[in-house]
Amino acid sequence: MGKYSRELSVAAVLGVLLIALAIFAPHFFTPQPLLSRLASQMPALVAAIGMTCVLLSRQIDISIGSQFSLCAVIAGLLAAAKLPLVVVIAGALGAGAAMGALNGALVAWLGLPSIVVTLATMVTWQETLRLWQQGRLLNLPAGLQWLGFRQTTGQFVLMAFAFALVALAAWALRRVAAGRFIYAVGSDVEAARLAGIEPRRVTFGVFVLMGLLVGVAAVMNVVQSPQVQPTSGDGFELKVIAAVVVGGVAVTGGRGRLWGVVPGLLLLASVNPALTHFHVQAYWEKAIQGAVILLAVLADGLNRRRQS
Amino acid sequence: MAPLLQLRSITKSFGAVRALRGVSFDLQPGEVHALLGENGAGKSTLIKVITGAHAPDGGTLAVAGEAVPHLTPAKAHALGIACIYQQPALFPDLSVAENIALRLEKTTPTHLVRWPERHVRAAELLHRIGAEIEPDAEVRTLSMPEQQLVEIACALGSGARIVIMDEPTASLTQKEQHLLFAVVRELRASGVGVIYISHRLEEIFALADRVTVLRDGESVGTNRVAALNETALIRLMVGREVAAIYPPSESAPGEVVLSLRGVGCAASGVHDIDLEVRTGEVVGLAGLVGAGRTELARVIFGLTPADAGEIKLSGRLIALREPRDAIAHGVGYVPEDRRRHGVIFEMPIAANTTMAIHPQLFPGAWLRLGAERELTESFLRDLAVKTSGPEAPGGSLSGGNQQKVALARWLATKPKLLILDEPTQGVDVGAKGEIHKIIRRLAKEGLAVLLISSDLPEILGMSDRIAVMRGGTIVAALPGHAAAHDVMAAALGQTGKVAA
Repeated sequence: MGKYSRELSVAAVLGVLLIALAIFAPHFFTPQPLLSRLASQMPALVAAIGMTCVLLSRQIDISIGSQFSLCAVIAGLLAAAKLPLVVVIAGALGAGAAMGALNGALVAWLGLPSIVVTLATMVTWQETLRLWQQGRLLNLPAGLQWLGFRQTTGQFVLMAFAFALVALAAWALRRVAAGRFIYAVGSDVEAARLAGIEPRRVTFGVFVLMGLLVGVAAVMNVVQSPQVQPTSGDGFELKVIAAVVVGGVAVTGGRGRLWGVVPGLLLLASVNPALTHFHVQAYWEKAIQGAVILLAVLADGLNRRRQS
Repeated sequence: MAPLLQLRSITKSFGAVRALRGVSFDLQPGEVHALLGENGAGKSTLIKVITGAHAPDGGTLAVAGEAVPHLTPAKAHALGIACIYQQPALFPDLSVAENIALRLEKTTPTHLVRWPERHVRAAELLHRIGAEIEPDAEVRTLSMPEQQLVEIACALGSGARIVIMDEPTASLTQKEQHLLFAVVRELRASGVGVIYISHRLEEIFALADRVTVLRDGESVGTNRVAALNETALIRLMVGREVAAIYPPSESAPGEVVLSLRGVGCAASGVHDIDLEVRTGEVVGLAGLVGAGRTELARVIFGLTPADAGEIKLSGRLIALREPRDAIAHGVGYVPEDRRRHGVIFEMPIAANTTMAIHPQLFPGAWLRLGAERELTESFLRDLAVKTSGPEAPGGSLSGGNQQKVALARWLATKPKLLILDEPTQGVDVGAKGEIHKIIRRLAKEGLAVLLISSDLPEILGMSDRIAVMRGGTIVAALPGHAAAHDVMAAALGQTGKVAA
């Protein structure tokens, strides 16, 4: 264990929960609902890659829920206009990257705190969308759902894509110099600057990546249903941040690994179905999720205190 | 009459460093007693002992004839000991009157604030020291010297009998200095004892009654100022010749690597710098704290870009706007504050070592972890770093070994010029010697080294040439075999008056 103990303990908790479900509620493992449940978590997993980079560089982005809704609506409108799939995807990704770039520019070059900047853009995009769409549901053309595949195939494609993206990002964070820069800037901005790294570029880049991945996540969400809701991103930011924190990434920057986010997200996502299968009232879901987050943060705090 | 303050044989060590080795000092009422010494001679430690911030390891301290065995900052305050620091510690968003009140009023949570009273008292105290400051002004709107005057007003208001002034004139204009001197004289006339620390000899002669010189943590004597002249005072500060513990210079300076002509940077107070550093040469940058040495290093490294003059590296005129530019031209900089910015504690030694290589490459460049480990291991061997291996976090290293890794980071970039800012500060004696040997070896291999150090023997022992800075510019260029006395005289601004 050693240096990976933090990630492994989250995975272990998830494992225990899954074993308990296998023994006491084997229905949980019925293939089709399980697959749907997993597929529905994939957009959050993709966004969690971006959020991991944001937190590692000692920033935060709470505007991704609004970005997600806006990207989904843009993708939906482009699809409804019968434009080719490439244009739909490019539109969503472009919108996400642009919103990320705005956050990044304000944080990196004006030196504003990211919590305030992204709070402002969160509200701005949310209200823009409300005025623009008035809460309308968008019906999507038939060919878009599951990208034209059968449902099961489509779900597998989404999952394979998301996990491939996680693997690629985890590799890049460790093996590409830019990944190193993110850790360096999150650990000690001045030291990074003295080593010739330009912290502002790194910060800007991280926010653009975040927005881009939110665009990807929005497309992955849109293709899972026949309609687009303008509120699809409500609460998305909390879910993603929680998964990243439970996965062992420190909000104080510079510490944590991407792959811990996978068990982190799955653990939080399993709470609701587990409650159903254990016949506990679903009201407990949020409270238990909160407790899981608190426990993760508490473990980090105690761990750091022991080290110092 | 008992002295206001009497210290006897005070000792204080930090780890292996003996900061004070039995210092005795006394202060009479109505006296200005100057405290003088090189950087690191023990002045700050002595002041911290007097204000209760540091508990001494040995020796006794008495205030007005009464022994005080365990002095704490609160007790020092109650005994009437006040210290005015160079950087006033006031609340910038509160008014002058509030700041004074916060120091003087004993507050309980239910204490009722009487604004008129606060205002009157502040006005009265400010008037007493002749300061034209509005009690209602927010402290952030005041200049640095005005803030110092507010500090003095606080000290007066708290009934201080012993006032310590730590380089109070460092940031003052001529006119403000005269105002401050008048305040000090007034304090003296009212029976207050003033401990006055300054590097400006003319102030000591103008103001002080007695002077105590510290050197290497020991007092080399207390004298009446009237009985001394400047030459004698400088001689007391510098003392013995440099011991021959430094490795000899074996290099022959080659072509010019760094050339500065009239370089200045208004933002950091550096101006009119002319300096050359050649291959195989160690140029020592001497000067007192605040003389602008680190500021100059930051200009050369592109951290605070120059706004005047020209900088040439290897004969080519270049613009340095970012550290990246400097690195691309073969400049490396090991910063002063190693504990904070030299190595990144959370990251492995290997990542710390290769940190400065990547920015030259495309940021998307793949890292070859095997090659990184090999490179790191070769540096760890070469510089004799004591560690469990390349994967150990930077924070697990001791001070001297951290410094070696910070060095390795820049050696990995194969620099032409290396700027070392206080490379042996806070490093134990053994590691210090090793770092000196490494610097020598690098110079022999053709590296140009700019060595900034507050340790005068280190400057004298390591440098092929010495540039002395004072007030943001180079005031003297001396050969490497210069006498300690001449370097100190130049750093103190006495070049013209003292014969070599």
